[in-house]
Amino acid sequence: MTFRPSRKRAGLAILAGPAALALMVTGCSSANEPDPQSTSGSGTLVAAITADPDTLFPWKATQFQAVNVLENIYGTLTQFDDELNVVPGLAEKWEPSEDGTQVTLTLRDGVTFHDGSEFDADDVKHSLDLIRDEATAAVAAASIGSVTDVEVVDPLTVTLTLSAPDAGLMANLANVNVAMLSSDDTEEDLNTEPNGTGAFVYVDRTPNQSIKLEANEDYWGDAASLSSLEFRIIADETSIVSALQSGDVQFAVLNDPLVAKTAEGSGISVVGTPQLSYHALQLNATKGALTDVNVRLAMQCAIDRQQVLDTAALGEGEVTGPITSPAFKSDPEARPCPERDLDKAKEYLAKAGMADGVTVKTIVSQGSYATSVNEAQNLQAQLAEAGITLDLEVLEAGAYVDRWIAADFEAAVALNGGRPDPDGMYGRYFPSTGNLNQVAGYNSPELDALFAEGKATMDADERKSIYDEISQHLEDNAAWIWLFTSYTYTATTDTVDGFTPMANGSLQNLRSTTVSN
Amino acid sequence: MRTITRHPIARKLAEAALTLLGVAVLVFVMLRATRGDQISATLGIEAAALTPAQRAALEAYYGLDQPLVVQFFSWLGNVVTGNLGYSSRSRQSVLEMTADSLPITFELAVLSIIIGLLIGVPLGMLSASRANSLRDAFGQTVGLAGLSIPAFLLGSTMLALSASMLGYNPNARGFASFAEDPWLNLQQMLMPALVLGFGLAAPIMRTARSALLEVRSMDFVRTARSKGAGPVRVQLKHVLHNALVPIVTMTGLQFGYLLGGAVVVEQIFSIPGIGRQVLIGIQQKEYAVVQSTVLVIALSFVIINLLTDLLYRVIDPRVRAQ
Repeated sequence: MTFRPSRKRAGLAILAGPAALALMVTGCSSANEPDPQSTSGSGTLVAAITADPDTLFPWKATQFQAVNVLENIYGTLTQFDDELNVVPGLAEKWEPSEDGTQVTLTLRDGVTFHDGSEFDADDVKHSLDLIRDEATAAVAAASIGSVTDVEVVDPLTVTLTLSAPDAGLMANLANVNVAMLSSDDTEEDLNTEPNGTGAFVYVDRTPNQSIKLEANEDYWGDAASLSSLEFRIIADETSIVSALQSGDVQFAVLNDPLVAKTAEGSGISVVGTPQLSYHALQLNATKGALTDVNVRLAMQCAIDRQQVLDTAALGEGEVTGPITSPAFKSDPEARPCPERDLDKAKEYLAKAGMADGVTVKTIVSQGSYATSVNEAQNLQAQLAEAGITLDLEVLEAGAYVDRWIAADFEAAVALNGGRPDPDGMYGRYFPSTGNLNQVAGYNSPELDALFAEGKATMDADERKSIYDEISQHLEDNAAWIWLFTSYTYTATTDTVDGFTPMANGSLQNLRSTTVSN
Repeated sequence: MRTITRHPIARKLAEAALTLLGVAVLVFVMLRATRGDQISATLGIEAAALTPAQRAALEAYYGLDQPLVVQFFSWLGNVVTGNLGYSSRSRQSVLEMTADSLPITFELAVLSIIIGLLIGVPLGMLSASRANSLRDAFGQTVGLAGLSIPAFLLGSTMLALSASMLGYNPNARGFASFAEDPWLNLQQMLMPALVLGFGLAAPIMRTARSALLEVRSMDFVRTARSKGAGPVRVQLKHVLHNALVPIVTMTGLQFGYLLGGAVVVEQIFSIPGIGRQVLIGIQQKEYAVVQSTVLVIALSFVIINLLTDLLYRVIDPRVRAQ
C-alpha cells in the first residue's frame, strides 16, 4: 500500500461533506426552544407512569399503574383520607347491627356515573354480588368474603349480612378492586370505555402511550382543580426525570432511590413518602431446613436490617416489623434479635443441629423493583458470616411471580404491598385458612385464634393490642424476616401544587392538585 | 415442476417459508417453556389468591384452556388468513398494533442507517486512506467507541443533557407519527437515530475500511490512475464502487436487525416501535402478540435479505452474469 499526497485532500473532502451536514442537523436541533404548545399550564397536568395499565377493569387491576389511573375514575363505598383512616365515600354512613353481623349502608344522594346514569342501591348489590361470584374472578372476592348477602332496602339503603363480625370490612371496601360499577355495564364495555363515579372522566387512550382524563363536573365531592389529566407512559425512570426537566411532564412517582436523588439535584421538587409496602425475606417454614424454627431465628439474628437498607436503598427507608400501617405499626425492635448477633445466630444453628452450616434456596426477582438484587446480595453476604448459605436464584419478573404463587421456594426476597388495615394486610397470609397461606408457609393455632379475634373486635385500642400480639408471634417464630419499608418519591415541577402523597401509594389526591404556568 | 423448484427465486421463497415456519414453532415453544402465563402476568402475586373456579374462568377468558396443539394451529391458521390475534390489554388487534408500530420502526431504521453510513463510510475511507497511520487510529478509535459505548448510556446521557441544559426534550411530548406532525416526528426520531446510527457506524466503518484497502491494492486501480483519472474519480468511481458489495451486505444485515426493534433505545426515547411491542407482549405474556409480531419481524428480515441479494445484481454486474 502506497499513498500519495494528492489523495489526502480528496479523502478529507469526502469526510467534510457529511460532517458539515451532521453539524448542521445537531445545531439546528439544539437551537430549538421548548414547544410553546406543550401541555404545561391551563389546568392540564401530565403525569408520567412507567407502564401502560394492563387492564382498565377495576375489579381485576393489581398493577400499580392501573390502580393509580383507575382510582381517579372510579368511586368506592368508603375511602381513605390522607392518614389512611376510613372515611365515607359513596356510602355517606354505615351502621353495624348490635351483634355485628349486619351493616347498613346509607348511600350518598344524587351521585351519577360518568355516562349520566344514577348511582343507587341496585348498583351496590350488582357490584358486590358479582365481585363475590367466582366466575367473575375479581381479585377482591376474598377480602369481602365475610359478606354473605346484600339486600336493597331502598334506593339509598343497602344491608350487608356477614358470616361473622368483620372489623376490616369497611377498609376493604375502600379498595378500587371493590369499585362500584353501574348495573348496566359489562366487563367488556368497561374495558374500552370506563364509566365510574370518580373525580375524573375517561376521555381516550393510545395504548402504550397515554391515557387522557378530564375533570368530572358532576363529581359529588369538590370538583377537581385540573381541567384535564393525562397519564403519559415513559418506561424509563431516568427518561421521566428528563421529561420533568424539560417541563413536558409535570408530575411523576419514582421508585428508584438513585434516580430520585439525581432528580433532586436538578431543580425538580422530590418528596419521599414512607410506604406501607415492605421488603422482606420470606421464609417458607414448610420447606427444607426452614421447618426448624431455630434455623429461621438464626437467620433473623444474622441479619442487620439497617445494613441491607443502607446498601441496597441508600438508606432511604426505615427498618420495620410486620405491620406497617401507621395506626397498627409494629415495634421493629420487638423481636428475639433486635440487633445483629452472630453468636446468638450460631447458638440457634447449633440448637438445630446444623452448626456446620445450612443452605437455603432463595428466589430473587430481577427487574420488578430496583433494589431486589442488591438486597439479595447483601443478605447473602451477611448470612454467610453465620454459616448460612443463601443459594440465590435470580429470576425474570414473570418467572419469579410464577414460582412465588406456586410457593415453589425455600426463601424469597420480596417486596409485598401493605394495607391500611392489618387484617387486610396479613389476614390472607398467616391464618391457616388464608388464601395465601400456602405462600406464607407458616401458620399456628395461636395465630388462627388471634386473627379471628382481631377481625371480631371493633374497639380500636383492643384491636391494636391483638395485632401487637400477632406481630410478636410472627417475629418470635421468625415466620419471615421483615427488613424495611422504602419510600416512593413524588417528583413535580415548580408549577404543581396541592398534591398530598399517601403511604398506600394512592394518587387520589390528583383531584386536589393544581398546575399553573 | 422440477424447473420451478430449481428456479432460484422459487427456491428462495420456499426457504423463506420454511424459515418462517421454524420461527413460528420456536417462538411458540419458547413462550410456553418459560414460566408464568397471562394470568400471573396480569394479576402478579394476587394470582396466588385465586380459587380454582376463578382460575378456570380466567383460563377460558384467555384461551389457555385449549390443548397446546389446538392453540398452535388455530393461531397459525388465523395468521395465514391475516388475523394476527388480539391484545386484550391494548384492546386492539395485533394487525392494528403492527400497522402502527412497524412503520415507526422502519422510519427509525432508515434514519439510523443513513446516519450510520454518513459516519461509517467516510470514516472507513479516512482510515483506509493510510492504513496504520494517525488518521487510521482516529477512525478506528471512533469506530471502537461506537461499538463499545452502550446505547442506553449514550441515549440517556444525550436525553439528560439536552433536557437539563437546553430544556429540549421532544420525546417527552407524546409520540407523533410522521403523518400527524412531521416536524415533531423528525425531532423525536433524531436522537434515537443518532444513538443507533453511531452504533451502526462502527461495523460499517470496519467493513468499509477493509474492503477499501483490498480494492485499492488491485491492479485496475493503478491502471485507472495511470490512464489519468483524478484522485476523486479514482476514489469514488473505482475504489468505493468496487468496495460496495461488502458494505451493502453489512448494511442490509444491520437494517434487518434494526427492524427487529431497538428495544432499549425505544424504551429510553418512548418510541412506540415494534421492539417495544414485543417486549410488552413478553412481559404481559400475551402469546398472540409476541408470536405474531416476531413472525412479522422475521418476515421483514427475510424480505430485507432478498432485497439485499437483488441489490448485489444492480451494483455488481458479475453477480448478474452468474
